[in-house]
Amino acid sequence: MEAMGLLIDYELCTGCQSCEVSCKEEHDYPVGKWGIRVLDDGPWEIEPGHYNWNKIPVPSDLCDLCIDRTSRGREPICVHHCLANVMTYGSVCELAKKMDGTKRQVIFTPVYKPYEKLRD
Amino acid sequence: MALRKTASPAVKLDSLSDVNDLGKPWRFTDEDTGLTVTRSCVWSPPGCHPVGCGLKLYTDENGRLVKVEGDENHPVTQGRLCVRCIALKDYEYNNSRILHPMKRDRDKRGQADAWEEITWDEALDLIEERYTEITGKYGKESFVNFGGTGREGGVSCMTYTAMVWQTPNACYTQSGYACYFPRLAAGTMSAGLVYPEMDYAGCLPGRYDDPEYHVPEAVVLWGKVPTVSNPDGAFGHAVIDLMKRGSKLIMVDSRVNWLTTRAAYHLQLRPGTDTAIGMAMLDVIIREGLYDHDFVEKWCYGFEQLAERVATMPPEKAAEICGVPAEDIIGAARLYANAEAATIQWGLATDQKTNGMQQAQCIIALMAITGNIDRPGGQITTGGAVALDADTEEDDEYMPYMALDDDELRGKMIGLKEYPAYCGMSQNSHADLTLRCMETDEPYPLRIGAFAGNNLLACTSAEPKRWEAAINRSLEFVIGFDCFMTPSIQAVCDIVLPLATVVERDSTVAAAYGSAPLYFGTQNKCVDEGDCRGDLELLYILGKRLNPKRFEEFDSYYDLLQFLRFGKSRMFEELREQVCIQSKNEYYKYEKGLMRPDGAPGFNTPTGRVELYNLGFQQFGDDPLPYYEEPDFSPISTPELLEDYPFVLTTGARTYAFFHSEHRQIPRLRELNPNPLVEINPETAKKLGVVDGQWCRVFNQFGEAYLKAKLTVSVKPDVIHAQHGWWFPEEDGNAPHNYGVCRSNINNLIPNFHVGKLGFGAPFKCMLCNVEGTDENFDTDMQLIQDKFGELR
Ligand code: SF4
Ligand code: SF4
Ligand code: SF4
Repeated sequence: MEAMGLLIDYELCTGCQSCEVSCKEEHDYPVGKWGIRVLDDGPWEIEPGHYNWNKIPVPSDLCDLCIDRTSRGREPICVHHCLANVMTYGSVCELAKKMDGTKRQVIFTPVYKPYEKLRD
Repeated sequence: MALRKTASPAVKLDSLSDVNDLGKPWRFTDEDTGLTVTRSCVWSPPGCHPVGCGLKLYTDENGRLVKVEGDENHPVTQGRLCVRCIALKDYEYNNSRILHPMKRDRDKRGQADAWEEITWDEALDLIEERYTEITGKYGKESFVNFGGTGREGGVSCMTYTAMVWQTPNACYTQSGYACYFPRLAAGTMSAGLVYPEMDYAGCLPGRYDDPEYHVPEAVVLWGKVPTVSNPDGAFGHAVIDLMKRGSKLIMVDSRVNWLTTRAAYHLQLRPGTDTAIGMAMLDVIIREGLYDHDFVEKWCYGFEQLAERVATMPPEKAAEICGVPAEDIIGAARLYANAEAATIQWGLATDQKTNGMQQAQCIIALMAITGNIDRPGGQITTGGAVALDADTEEDDEYMPYMALDDDELRGKMIGLKEYPAYCGMSQNSHADLTLRCMETDEPYPLRIGAFAGNNLLACTSAEPKRWEAAINRSLEFVIGFDCFMTPSIQAVCDIVLPLATVVERDSTVAAAYGSAPLYFGTQNKCVDEGDCRGDLELLYILGKRLNPKRFEEFDSYYDLLQFLRFGKSRMFEELREQVCIQSKNEYYKYEKGLMRPDGAPGFNTPTGRVELYNLGFQQFGDDPLPYYEEPDFSPISTPELLEDYPFVLTTGARTYAFFHSEHRQIPRLRELNPNPLVEINPETAKKLGVVDGQWCRVFNQFGEAYLKAKLTVSVKPDVIHAQHGWWFPEEDGNAPHNYGVCRSNINNLIPNFHVGKLGFGAPFKCMLCNVEGTDENFDTDMQLIQDKFGELR
């Protein structure tokens, strides 16, 4: 099977957290449980007047890539709601073609509850 | 503002799958789930400015809202949503919502368990009885209606006062009306333009690729982080859309925020000194001849005088005042002026200083002399007044629903004599003088009141304890109307009515209050919550009771909605099938005679030009030219206070999770920001002996607030930033605790009566303070929030 993933242009991820809350609503995850978390790396000064500040959404072990939706041909709900429109769902090969090294990007291929396979 | 005939198909986002709901009607059945989907453009509650984002609301066979998704058919939001609508279900079915009218004896104010559930008939009888009795004794003017910001309720405050309560005293309860209105007033007085908005192609069917549009080379965000705040009803992430298309950012902000790290220029000024930056940018542009000579020649009034005045504030001088390198001010001015199209979003920070009207004047002058007003990709304007109505073209009748038609009564508006520009333009009594009136009964007693989308003790008002005491001293009967019990209602109200949410009533929304050509939408009801009423529904119900003659012409709520919000040419049923229709717009309206009521070319000012030398300001007793004035409390104006209060305090940066004081009882939102935060530079914290996460006492001569330290280089070492709007719905509501509303309210440190010459502006973003670490721990227990509010009804 083709590996599916999330491409995130984190250069323009504003940290709006719509991905986090969408995921919780879709999967009914309560306080303390998340399918994705926005890592907040900054601001810290690189040199005077220039800061590192990247918001990087990282899927957790509860991300199932919205299998309910994607199996019906819909995009994941985080992708749908992303205010900055910086998330794309697709096959890793297709997503990789959208990376050309000119901007800050990352592809995630999360695995749902990976611990379930530890004793297989 | 004229609308297009029908909705245009939305531009599809690349990330949206080919399986989608594009082109679906306003109501349809979802094939996968069998659920009924209602498309809607929403505007509060949950609290929000009128962004009118597109929602798909999924209801099951029992009429229960089971899912919310962004509507990809919306021309601007295109399916995207912020966390507050994403969590709408948690708001809708929150177990702490008010669902029935309740009353309480006046001497039991502050007692959370003294409320008694009553029927709507009983509630209306009681309101009618007390209204008739009290206004009979003290006059209609003894009624004061406390308006709040942004929500449909806050905006309908003036309609209530004019049509139902028949009092001149609508009162936005923030000192100096330090929110939105000062900018409107400056825009109107300078150019006859209420709100020159950043043009993000919101009314163009082809959006950014529409042939009429031009992507601005430079975007200035001035005292504004639109991505977080969706300011004044603009879709904030449009800025990101523009950045993707090459726009460069210029940020004027006292804090490093995420956007400033992506900006070509960040002018990180000392809070409250913006007018100096504005004057210096004008000086650079004029001295270097970078302005639009043709536009200035034809359409500006007082250019030479402005040039002379701003020459007193060269960039080097502004640099010293503001703490920003002069070369950055020069570079930013050049980038802005040299762009073919450039646009400015002016933020709330403009209003939150005594010197704010002068800042607004500078910003209008920048837009004007660079020729960016009404230019594609510059500032988009309606060329007329704010129009909540949809369709004045087909239906040109002016609807004076915001003004009282009784002139004698209108003349009694509190503050009309002292601040005629403020009161006359806003149709509001002056906030600070209204406070004084409730304290002294001068010029006459206020004895009865109501809330309209306002939670003043937690959010809007400076010195909230003083407001609470004044209301409890003077008002014999106070009516609350909200979705949730608020500390304000708990402390001062005698009756509370249950407010419907966006999914429980039909209404409409004009994006950005109709102050810019964008779009008009219908809010479509899909859930029945029995006893709750919408903001305008209650207007209809109360109007029929208290002012039946005025309401004779309305046979139903829909008649009233039609009268208030759109002309006679279209019916709600017809509009709702379109869900969201973009406006028609023409650029360069001033050349075409579309700005002035008389149809002549030019701007709607006495001179027909943009008044850089402002005759309106002059008429009302202010300097016609911009000038810089230090904040009343600052390192420069009050150096003697620095020993006790060494830091500049700025407040109120927005969070995604909350709309002002709302949403603290929604677990999935509270979790994003569980505690009230104060931002302190790590260097400063080290000197103070404060560590990250420690609870601190922030204080000055006016009061104190306890907030949790967040150490960050976002603020310079001499600046402290504190969040606003905090209270704790999980805590005891009984007085004096009142949900802990006093503990962390940063407005305890903000005084009233430090307004500008025209009565506008107050120092919410530029005070002095000190900070000390404490041994207290008020950390929010998120499990408690989940346990208390997580179980939905
Ligand atoms: S893809 Fe679905 S499950 Fe994964 S983070 Fe996004 S919303 Fe959550
Ligand atoms: S929704 Fe998009 S912009 Fe918002 S935090 Fe997630 S990835 Fe970033
Ligand atoms: S901006 Fe307002 S209308 Fe839009 S999603 Fe957020 S809360 Fe809803």
